[in-house]
Amino acid sequence: MYKNSINFMLLFSRQGKLRLQKWYVPLSDKERKKISRDLVQTILARKPKMCSFLEWRDLKIVYKRYASLYFCCAVEDQDNELITLEIIHRYVELLDKYFGSVCELDIIFNFEKAYFILDEFLLGGEAQETSKKNVLKAIEQADLLQEEAEAPRSVLEEIGLT
Amino acid sequence: MPAVSKGDGMRGLAVFISDIRNCKSKEAEIKRINKELANIRSKFKGDKALDGYSKKKYVCKLLFIFLLGHDIDFGHMEAVNLLSSNKYTEKQIGYLFISVLVNSNSELIRLINNAIKNDLSSRNPTFMCLALHCIANVGSREMAEAFASEIPRILVAGDTMDSVKQSAALCLLRLYKTSPDLVLMGEWTSRVVHLLNDQHMGVVTAAISLITCLSQKNPDEFKTCVSLAVSRLSRIVSSASTDLQDYTYYFVPAPWLSCKLLRLLQCYPPPEDGAVKGRLVECLETILNKAQEPPKSKKVQHSNAKNAILFEAISLIIHYDSEPNLLVRACNQLGQFLQHRETNLRYLALESMCTLASSEFSHEAVKTHIETVINALKTERDVSVRQRAADLLYAMCDRSNAKQIVAEMLSYLETADYSIREEMVLKVAILAEKYAVDYSWYVDTILNLIRIAGDYVSEEVWYRVIQIVINRDDVQGYAAKTVFEALQAPACHENMVKVGGYILGEFGNLIAGDPRSSPLVQFNLLHSKFHLCSVPTRALLLSAYIKFINLFPETKATIQEVLRCDSQIRNSDVELQQRAVEYLKLSSIASTDVLATVLEEMPPFPERESSILAKLKKKKGPGAVSVPELDDKREAGLSFNQRIGGSIPASPCRCSTPSPSADLLGIRSAAPIGATPTSTGSLLVDVFSEAGPAAPSAAVNDDGFLRFVCKNNGVLFENQLLQIGIKSEYRQNLGRMYLFYGNKTSVQFASFTTTVSCPGELQSHILSLNVQTKPVEPLVEGGAQIQQVLNIECLTDFSEAPLLNIKFRYGGALQNLSLKLPVTINKFFQPTEMTSHDFFQRWKQLSQPQQEAQKIFKANHGMDTEVLKAKLLGLGTALLDDVDPNPENYVCAGVIQTKGQQVGCLLRLEPNGQAQMYRLTLRCSKDSVSMRLCELLAQQF
Repeated sequence: MYKNSINFMLLFSRQGKLRLQKWYVPLSDKERKKISRDLVQTILARKPKMCSFLEWRDLKIVYKRYASLYFCCAVEDQDNELITLEIIHRYVELLDKYFGSVCELDIIFNFEKAYFILDEFLLGGEAQETSKKNVLKAIEQADLLQEEAEAPRSVLEEIGLT
Repeated sequence: MPAVSKGDGMRGLAVFISDIRNCKSKEAEIKRINKELANIRSKFKGDKALDGYSKKKYVCKLLFIFLLGHDIDFGHMEAVNLLSSNKYTEKQIGYLFISVLVNSNSELIRLINNAIKNDLSSRNPTFMCLALHCIANVGSREMAEAFASEIPRILVAGDTMDSVKQSAALCLLRLYKTSPDLVLMGEWTSRVVHLLNDQHMGVVTAAISLITCLSQKNPDEFKTCVSLAVSRLSRIVSSASTDLQDYTYYFVPAPWLSCKLLRLLQCYPPPEDGAVKGRLVECLETILNKAQEPPKSKKVQHSNAKNAILFEAISLIIHYDSEPNLLVRACNQLGQFLQHRETNLRYLALESMCTLASSEFSHEAVKTHIETVINALKTERDVSVRQRAADLLYAMCDRSNAKQIVAEMLSYLETADYSIREEMVLKVAILAEKYAVDYSWYVDTILNLIRIAGDYVSEEVWYRVIQIVINRDDVQGYAAKTVFEALQAPACHENMVKVGGYILGEFGNLIAGDPRSSPLVQFNLLHSKFHLCSVPTRALLLSAYIKFINLFPETKATIQEVLRCDSQIRNSDVELQQRAVEYLKLSSIASTDVLATVLEEMPPFPERESSILAKLKKKKGPGAVSVPELDDKREAGLSFNQRIGGSIPASPCRCSTPSPSADLLGIRSAAPIGATPTSTGSLLVDVFSEAGPAAPSAAVNDDGFLRFVCKNNGVLFENQLLQIGIKSEYRQNLGRMYLFYGNKTSVQFASFTTTVSCPGELQSHILSLNVQTKPVEPLVEGGAQIQQVLNIECLTDFSEAPLLNIKFRYGGALQNLSLKLPVTINKFFQPTEMTSHDFFQRWKQLSQPQQEAQKIFKANHGMDTEVLKAKLLGLGTALLDDVDPNPENYVCAGVIQTKGQQVGCLLRLEPNGQAQMYRLTLRCSKDSVSMRLCELLAQQF
């Protein structure tokens, strides 16, 4: 059976607090909590300079620390570790560009935006759009729509609501 | 960037988040959250209709609370309302909530699906994308049912915007993975392949994931993708670093797409078309060449992206395994990485080389790096890298370097991390066996393993060395001598004692000529370890002693004395006592001829796959041990001329025995429950007419328990002494259970008592049980059966099971047994027939999240329809036909009768034959019942 490229992605702080979690495989809430707990512990116990990959259960974990935040992806055994590492980096770049030198607080206070950006970039555990410009364009368009929120309904929306 | 200060910036949310962050303790945080939840609940319940903004804000707060790890059981309806808002941000928050929080079973799915349907047909690309993201995020079967035919249309329609196509491709992929049966191939499939030619790189990037998945399932149908992928790859590889504009990543053109193209090609054999193949080889060469070029940037992102493509190309080269030139080049490239300063690259090079080692073209090239790899094993600071090095050593091992590699692995074992020791031990044992030129080296290696890492030497390993020694008579003398020497160490591992006991018991005679290892010296050496050993090892040693009596009649008196002493013949452990008694009797009654027949040397073991290899495979999954298997092909004939057996060494006594634990060595610590005692008329049976079986432990035995969830009658428990049968009947909230205790032996059970207790909550009247009959007779004659009746009344629903404790004396030993009685909540079901309409109406009524319990689990048994039906009927519910629109699914309905109330229950079981999985959903008017039933049932199928 074809497997997901990315099974899930977790962002957590050095204190082990989860800041963002995105699951691309169906798991119960309990399983998710257990996985997050185990994995956060495993990664926090590793020393800096260790390699960014580790085998964990039957998955491969790819992680990288950016300032106070750890970004971590679980991929399948067959998947390419280095390109996953760069998936993480591209996501960091997207956040950075959107928030302007992103920091942990931006993600805490605007968690919904972090999710929106991620959804534009990755969908169902696969890269949807790798161009930074295109992803940000989609998010900016949404922000524009937000500002026009009070504008009267367009004809298209009318149709959409019928 | 505008971002944070943007228009809507929900202030209330920001304030709430700061509040939470300012909480000094977990308690304070929970208090603050509960306050907020109460506030939101009252707002949602209030008379005043909330405006979209407030709704959005509150839904967002709920989401935040959920992501903090708290349970959220309301707000779903408000979130669904937001979906039909015409304000983008409200819709967006609604969708976010749904994709994070609504699991695939919610009744709300229908409402959500409606909203999605509207957005998909809105022709507004942003709305369409949101809807597609939601489907991809939730990916439930219900969504697949609703949209699996719609999305392919969107994907290939000429007027669909690029961004929508991208979302549609990955959305379809997700649905295909969840419910492949619902995504039907059709005219759209050929058009999907041509998306590989799309001008928009983003569309290609998204579509190729879908194409790869579809190709794996339907390789023939998608064959044309090979040439398209090759030409796309070739265009990317040969493009200048700026040609692809924003798809260039740190001077590397389209790294993600390149990797995915190379991955897609790994679904197929090398292209047959010469031109296509030529072009592909050219691409691969270019990628290898680029690795030698100076980097265009010092940034790690540049080298990572470049090397990601390189590693993927190497994977493809290994997959083809047909281009010796490319394989050797790949190996050289990886060789350079082995000494790279980046830990990540060293790790990946070791990993990738492991697969290269299994190719006959590159195996030799990989071997040239042995010193570097050994060095990595010794010096890498990261255990995961060392692990890779150990794997690679294992993979590159062959006859030429086996001694060196095994020696290095052994010395690594002395300091190896605990987490990997067991696997290392298995690997060393396999290599030692596989490449043994002389068996003395093999025996030395295994004994070293036991010395260095005795705790990690699993049974399979020491069984194996015994099998090999027994099957090879040229090594038996050496083995006896070596274990004898090893046992001289003042502290030696118990596994060493086991191997020593077994081998000296069989072959001690081969070294008995030397006065330094005369029979008595051997015996005293073994016996000096006896008192420090565990029961199974002592049992093994006792068997070695009786073998000694046969091998060396001069030791008979000494050994009989040992057997006769109280610590043996009256040992509190039944197994040891039995052996001591039997062996003592055997040695004094049986003639030398009989003794020699009974205690003859073990026959060779039958040929079988090494059980160690099987164990490693189980541990690492198939593939992990592919290398030695490949060696089999290459070095067939050089290998052991006898592939010897992998079974557990049986008892050294060549006799069947009346003892219930059929292996006298005590290798299996407990006889399988339910096994009937063998009483084939063999020698020993005649010598001893009765035998003391092992005492069953008093730990609660619930093996039988689960077998009775869907049935009422049968054997609950059986061991060598006792069989317990059950018959039970239930009506309304009352039940009656007959227990039958059968004495399977010919000897009386004395002081036979049974007690039924209700642990924990159960005791506080949740389930009242009264044992109505007078206490059972305290004496149960051999072969007799007695009966006991239990009356049960269900007062309210319960989750625990009552415990049955049985005590009796058998041959002086007190037997103590605890069993879970199979009284489960479903026994009080009354089946309810209903129509499809009624069923779904009730289903909807039971829509509070806590009323539902759901489990997705792997099938433990076959998925045969009739068996499933029988089980569901046995559950006590009515099995409803023609209710579920999907005929594969099962739905059931019933009412649980308790004294206080009736609990309506609906059940839906959805088998997925392809995945061998089930999804089980229960909805009951009482949440605890849903949970309990779900738990019980999930273990039935």
